[in-house]
Amino acid sequence: MSAQAARKKDMELVLDRPQSLKDVPWHFCPGCHHGVIHRLVAEQIDNFGVREKCVAAASVGCSVFLYDYLDIDVLESPHGRALAVATGIKRALPDRFVFTYQGDGDLAAIGTAESIHAANRGENITVIFVNNAVYGMTGGQMAPTTLEGQVTTTSPYGRQADGMGLPIRMAEVMATLEGAAFVTRVAVDSIKNLKKARAAMKRAFEYQIKGWGFSFVEVLASCPTNWKMTPEAANARVGGEMAAYFPLGTYKDKHAPKAD
Amino acid sequence: MAKRVMVKGNEAVAMGAIAAGCRFYFGYPITPQNEIPEYMSAELPKLGGTFIQAESEVASINMVLGAAATGARVMTSSSSPGISLKQEGMSYLCGSEIPAVIVNMSRSGPGLGGIHPSQGDYFQATRGGGHGDYRTLVLAPSTAQENYDLTMLAFDLADKYRNPVMVLGDALLGQIKEPVELKPYRKKPPAKPWALTGCAGRPSQLLKSLYLADGDLTVHNWNLFKKYQKMRQEARHELYRADDAEVILVAFGSVARILRTSVDILRDKGKKVGLLRPVTVYPFPDEAVRAAAQAAGRLMVLELNTGQMVEDVRLAVEGKAPVDFYGCPPGTIPTPEDLAREVEKMWRKGGGR
Ligand SMILES: Cc1ncc(C[n+]2csc(CCOP(=O)(O)OP(=O)(O)O)c2C)c(N)n1
Ligand code: SF4
Ligand SMILES: [Mg+2]
Repeated sequence: MSAQAARKKDMELVLDRPQSLKDVPWHFCPGCHHGVIHRLVAEQIDNFGVREKCVAAASVGCSVFLYDYLDIDVLESPHGRALAVATGIKRALPDRFVFTYQGDGDLAAIGTAESIHAANRGENITVIFVNNAVYGMTGGQMAPTTLEGQVTTTSPYGRQADGMGLPIRMAEVMATLEGAAFVTRVAVDSIKNLKKARAAMKRAFEYQIKGWGFSFVEVLASCPTNWKMTPEAANARVGGEMAAYFPLGTYKDKHAPKAD
Repeated sequence: MAKRVMVKGNEAVAMGAIAAGCRFYFGYPITPQNEIPEYMSAELPKLGGTFIQAESEVASINMVLGAAATGARVMTSSSSPGISLKQEGMSYLCGSEIPAVIVNMSRSGPGLGGIHPSQGDYFQATRGGGHGDYRTLVLAPSTAQENYDLTMLAFDLADKYRNPVMVLGDALLGQIKEPVELKPYRKKPPAKPWALTGCAGRPSQLLKSLYLADGDLTVHNWNLFKKYQKMRQEARHELYRADDAEVILVAFGSVARILRTSVDILRDKGKKVGLLRPVTVYPFPDEAVRAAAQAAGRLMVLELNTGQMVEDVRLAVEGKAPVDFYGCPPGTIPTPEDLAREVEKMWRKGGGR
């Protein structure tokens, strides 16, 4: 309901479309978490008032159309290279808000080197890393984050540790790097987790705006289409099987208030 | 008069870039072009610029993509294997119409090859070594001075056409040490309303190469094609002692500078020979080559490879004059005397291939 309609009906408006989120229908499949995550990003762009200062590096994956939804300047990056592209943008325009939005194939397979090194250099950039345990855009092939035993189009007998390795826990990897300042893993499968995810996004944005360095938000997400599940079942898998292997929580918060 | 300095060819490239206002450089070490990143790493910080030694050539070309998208003048350099790794990024620069300068101080191949001078990357450079139907302007200097001058020009052409421009040298041109006149750069770079700087005071905008809707990509490709057609007006060449020549040698870059002396040697012996040196290898100076073939009646192409530019020469000549070829694959650098001898041999045999 629009703000106007709410006022007319004399009701209190508690949640509206973020201004930086365009009023267009999603192309995402039903039950896909990309849309929810886009919204969380848009909320923080509004919250910090940085819409006119944003230059984002979109990646190649189901989120390639980031620019169709967010009303900000966007540059399309080659598959995996978003963090190198974002490095170029941020170094040229240090006072702009620069972020990447990348899938697990993009960030943790083809773009591993670019991702690790941008973090290690401590680039003052924010990363939204959407881990859906699969290559969504190309039709459901195995990703570096595909769970053990998970059937995909290129692991038709299920992912096996022997020969395919076990899923990469990217947040944990990033947290080992001195240059990474804020590293967290969240999910958007429940109201409780959504609230935590919103707080994590806010904190990640704050890091960049305060010049505190590289901030990384891994979001566990569903891909009902390629998981061949109903939206409900896919949603349940995120909080269940996925969160069991990829523990939610904050792995690094260099500027956390001291406890003493 | 402008200051004259004694510098390596690679340093001349870096100096030309800085003179033209380049303040962002991203690269990865590889011989024989290391003096470029080394010079940039020392000088750019003094000018408030940015030098990053990236984790790979793939990363560096993508940093170029990002920084250039903001409207800055940006450069990367490498040598053959590294240039191969940059091809996907160059294709994106073309597809998204983002200007940048890429320097290839090429070395020998295939594979690891070696660090000898080689012109083996001519096809890759002039055909656009990445995917898709695109073109990059390619400038081929043949002295340290031209490394300086053409690097400056590369930035102007890149901005003019919103397209990446390559400077194609080789190990010889990177490592040679000669005097360079540091001509001041006087142009004013154009405004870049397309640049991504944040959408303050204007609607948000994007730079992309993805066009999925029916017909959109067709339109995009035709628009790019029209731009590439316009780029053809940038064809440049240089003639040396060609006026009354009965044979005109065609060569670019390092081998062309060796051949100047070969021409002098042959002229001293009474042989009427001249030299045509393409300064741009894309666009190729077709008309000049055709005119030379008509005037002299015979061309000879010499390259530091087993025959690449000769195909462009033959295409330009359209079979209307004989075109001989002599190639020196990498590993040995021919002397002016060697090449003069080879020209005489072809001359005696007569008639082209
Ligand atoms: C160089 C290159 N290799 C492969 C591809 C094909 N490709 C497009 S998207 C994609 C994987 C995307 O998966 P992910 O990053 O996990 O994003 P998702 O779609 O799951 O959100 C691949 C392999 C490409 N575009 N470019
Ligand atoms: S394929 Fe998967 S990730 Fe892509 S839009 Fe559909 S549900 Fe989302
Ligand atoms: Mg994925």
